[in-house]
Amino acid sequence: MIGIGIIYISKLFVLQVYDPSYKFSAESNTRRKVTQFPSRGLVYDRNGKLLVSNQAVYDVMVVPREIVPFDSLDFCDLLGISIENLRERFVEMRVNMGKRKISSYKPSVFLKQLSAEQYGRFQEKLYKFKGFFVQGRSIRKYEYPIAAHVLGYVSEVGQGQLDKDAYYSKGDYAGVIGIEQTYETYLRGEKGVKYMMVDVHGREKGKFRHGRYDTAAITGKNLSLSLDIELQQYAEQLMQNKIGSIVAIEPSTGEILTFVSAPSYDPSILVGRKRGEGFLSLVEDTLKPMNNRALQGTYSPGSAFKLVNAAIALQEGAITPHSKFECDGTASKPIRCTHYHRSPIEAAGAIETSCNPFFYQAFKRTLERPGVKTRDGYVAWYNHVRSFGFGERLGIDLPYEITGGVPSAEYFDKEYHGRWIALTVRSLGIGQQELLVTPLQMANEAAILANRGTYYSPHVVKSIEGEELPDNFITKKETTIDPIHLEEVIKGMSQVYTGEIGTARYYQHDSIQMCGKTGTVENPFGDDHSVFIAFAPKDNPKIAISVIVENAGYGSTWAAPMATLLMEKYISGEIPRRHKYYETKMLEGDFINGDK
Amino acid sequence: MATNSYIKRVDWITIGLYALLVAFGWVSIYAANFNPENPVFFDTGKEYFKQLVWIGLSLFFIGIIFLTDSKFYVEFSYIFYGLTLFLLVAVLLFGKEINGAKSWFEIGPVRFQPAELCKVATNLAIARALSRYGFSFNRFSDLLRAGALILLPMLLILLQNDTGSALVYAVFILVFYREGLTAYVLTFGFIAAIVVTLTLMIPNATIIGMIILGVVAVLYIKGYRRELIKPLVAGAVTFGLAFAARYLVEKQWPLEYLLMAGVFVASVYILVTSLVKRAFRFVPTYLLILWSAIGLSLTADYFFEEVLSDYQRTRINVLLGLESDPLGAGYNVNQSKIAIGSGGFSGKGFLQGTQTKFDFVPEQSTDFIFCTVGEEWGFLGSTLVVILFVSLLLRLLFLAEKQHSSFSRVYGYGVAAIFFFHFAINMGMTIGLAPVIGIPLPFFSYGGSSLWGFTLLLFVFLKLDTNRTELIR
Ligand SMILES: [Zn+2]
Repeated sequence: MIGIGIIYISKLFVLQVYDPSYKFSAESNTRRKVTQFPSRGLVYDRNGKLLVSNQAVYDVMVVPREIVPFDSLDFCDLLGISIENLRERFVEMRVNMGKRKISSYKPSVFLKQLSAEQYGRFQEKLYKFKGFFVQGRSIRKYEYPIAAHVLGYVSEVGQGQLDKDAYYSKGDYAGVIGIEQTYETYLRGEKGVKYMMVDVHGREKGKFRHGRYDTAAITGKNLSLSLDIELQQYAEQLMQNKIGSIVAIEPSTGEILTFVSAPSYDPSILVGRKRGEGFLSLVEDTLKPMNNRALQGTYSPGSAFKLVNAAIALQEGAITPHSKFECDGTASKPIRCTHYHRSPIEAAGAIETSCNPFFYQAFKRTLERPGVKTRDGYVAWYNHVRSFGFGERLGIDLPYEITGGVPSAEYFDKEYHGRWIALTVRSLGIGQQELLVTPLQMANEAAILANRGTYYSPHVVKSIEGEELPDNFITKKETTIDPIHLEEVIKGMSQVYTGEIGTARYYQHDSIQMCGKTGTVENPFGDDHSVFIAFAPKDNPKIAISVIVENAGYGSTWAAPMATLLMEKYISGEIPRRHKYYETKMLEGDFINGDK
Repeated sequence: MATNSYIKRVDWITIGLYALLVAFGWVSIYAANFNPENPVFFDTGKEYFKQLVWIGLSLFFIGIIFLTDSKFYVEFSYIFYGLTLFLLVAVLLFGKEINGAKSWFEIGPVRFQPAELCKVATNLAIARALSRYGFSFNRFSDLLRAGALILLPMLLILLQNDTGSALVYAVFILVFYREGLTAYVLTFGFIAAIVVTLTLMIPNATIIGMIILGVVAVLYIKGYRRELIKPLVAGAVTFGLAFAARYLVEKQWPLEYLLMAGVFVASVYILVTSLVKRAFRFVPTYLLILWSAIGLSLTADYFFEEVLSDYQRTRINVLLGLESDPLGAGYNVNQSKIAIGSGGFSGKGFLQGTQTKFDFVPEQSTDFIFCTVGEEWGFLGSTLVVILFVSLLLRLLFLAEKQHSSFSRVYGYGVAAIFFFHFAINMGMTIGLAPVIGIPLPFFSYGGSSLWGFTLLLFVFLKLDTNRTELIR
């Protein structure tokens, strides 16, 4: 024990008296820990076009303990602030020190985001202001004023995130919403640290111990989105002055080509010194541009859902491709038809004309098959519907996706005290009532049909630099419907464009075979919503799409032409001359300012 | 019994040392927490204020200890031990996780770490077991019982992920040694530790080769020369054949397996010839040693690779110097050395430290509290602390030696051993002489549980010491 005591005292003697390399006295030198911020990963579109990059800004930092009296007029002049403002900042700084929010020994931000010019002038006279220095930082720069809901934004981390993740310290920035949030850990890179020797006058006297303890910052990983920024731009133009969303997917991969939630906003307004104002204006906007309607808007799918019901009826053997049902037009019971067409009519024709009576009959026969209890028939139908990804999150790489809802048999048991038949829940047969879906799920439905029964979880990131995509995005998912039955449905979807009374016959393309289905969704709060889902070409589909325009009325007048224009633009790169009329009409359509 | 004589029998030297250490400790916590911008003293949220409350409570506990009859500690030692074990299990189930270790109870504003209390209980239980009439380390059941008393709490604390506190219990081996545990066990333990450490540092095949060479060398020195030739040849031939086969079939059989095949054949050869000739001269002990060493090495390797988490592996690798980790454990030590070094000969003065007020030194009021002493009081202050600790330890040993009752003697040695371990490891860590193991510096580190634990440990002994001339049963 005496031995240990002697050894320790000797070591203390070496450390404290003999070896000068460990000596720092309070008077002469001190160290300053400077965080090296990595630059955030860049974001590209699917064709390598740069979407998001970084720009440098400079913050004035202060180490309160090191401040000595200075010429405050000169200081304010250089930084473009008033004397009152400076005084307020000092009061705030003292208050924060009292609350131990900031330390007098450690640098904290005094004034954010100098302009390059201010930075230059201030840096030159920095020697006059002891205790202050300038720290560079980078903020986001958006090359296009669009795709805000996909990109998200970057914001100062809150207390919650500080507690949860030790990586962050106060004043750091992190992604909020969009891919900035989902891929934060890739985009942010890794902070580095630099230790500087600083003399009494706050001047840096070189690296501490030759930088032995310094670590370099590691740049964030770049992302390539699956978005086609030109198609995105076109889609956002079409959606101007409208409320709703457009989602387009590449069926063979699940990659999202276009993702619009309208109204949207320019992501640049959430960057820089004006950020606060921009944020406030978005929050106060009654049209809620920050809401992501493509992920969080719930709509009844309406007639677009008839495709799923036809497929299930065929799969369950409730109907055959040749089964025909009578239609009495507007006199039909219990659901009337809104179209005039030949009668009786078979599945493909009923899709073409969106015949409600046919789908009521098909739905009734799905539930009430001979020898099967209605409830069991419903459970079978329910399971088929769920296999299309309805009623669950599809797992897109954007935060806050909602599930939508498919009512379960238990729900009806409760609602109708165990006494219900197909007639009770008939509206499900035409996609109304308790059925709630998101625009993303509708686009996925189109992709499933395009793929003849399979899909990949939709995602907006195509690749991450030096990393693999999550398994979820490369695993094929199967529905419970056989391809042969879907061919019949697709035949009907094709007739929507080509048939004599097809609901989208005016928008047929000369060379691209398109498949679609209109929907006009009853809206208890106002005018009906216009819905259209589609894919093209019929063979080897390149794009599947859902369009929903709120309060615009018929699916065939708004959503159908918009979807068609987008598919034409994506596949052939141009809009046929005879469709220019529709293009102009769509661009001019306005459902926000009351002028239709 | 007159109060006067009672006061005379209390060892005031130890109490004086205790008071000095606690006072110096509190001053250091005050300095580590001091905020020059906001020099408020009565801030109930501050650690130095809370520590003052803990110190007050300690005085209360001391009073209770002195009012309790010494026989109580003997009688209730096992019950006390059982209770604390129960608390250790409970904390695993209901405890709160802090810094990755699930070893705290949280009741309102008070946090309590049962592992601290358990040191006292284990020491009492060991004292009881070793002082039992007829106890001998040469009897296997006694050895096993004493070992179990240490291993049980150690295991439970390891499960809490508090490796530092668990290691403290190893120090009871020193007490066992003083109480008659043969040097063999210590030697074996020492060799085992070397084998385990080497296993983590060098390839398996090399370590097994070294074990074989070691055993052969010992046998050679002991004079078994002719007997060695045939088994060695058999082993070498087996190894050679296996090696050739490995080459031929182009399989990546690990080299250590080939070596073990050689050892196996040699062992069988030795066993068979010994049986035939009925000569068991060097067979049992050495073969056993050889195979246990190999087994231990493989087990340690498996444990390290498969059982430990990445974090624990890194920690051990840094300890062994296999991995440099400038911002992890190694970084902390460097910052700590700089803080202490910056104090110079006479220190920067009370509350004048800067290094310990930056973020540079981690856990500056708990595990690295000595940095504040080093920075503000310099070489003079640090040396004083070392001298105070060494004096306390020497005084404890002196008192323990004087006890008539073996219970008190064993307990006293236990107290000294625990203080020694904490002092040596914690201070050694801050000056870079001992591995970074997160255990507190007695009476200095912030925290109620540890202060109470150490106070209890010490004053129960001082109480026993007042009856030093009696046989406490
Ligand atoms: Zn009809």
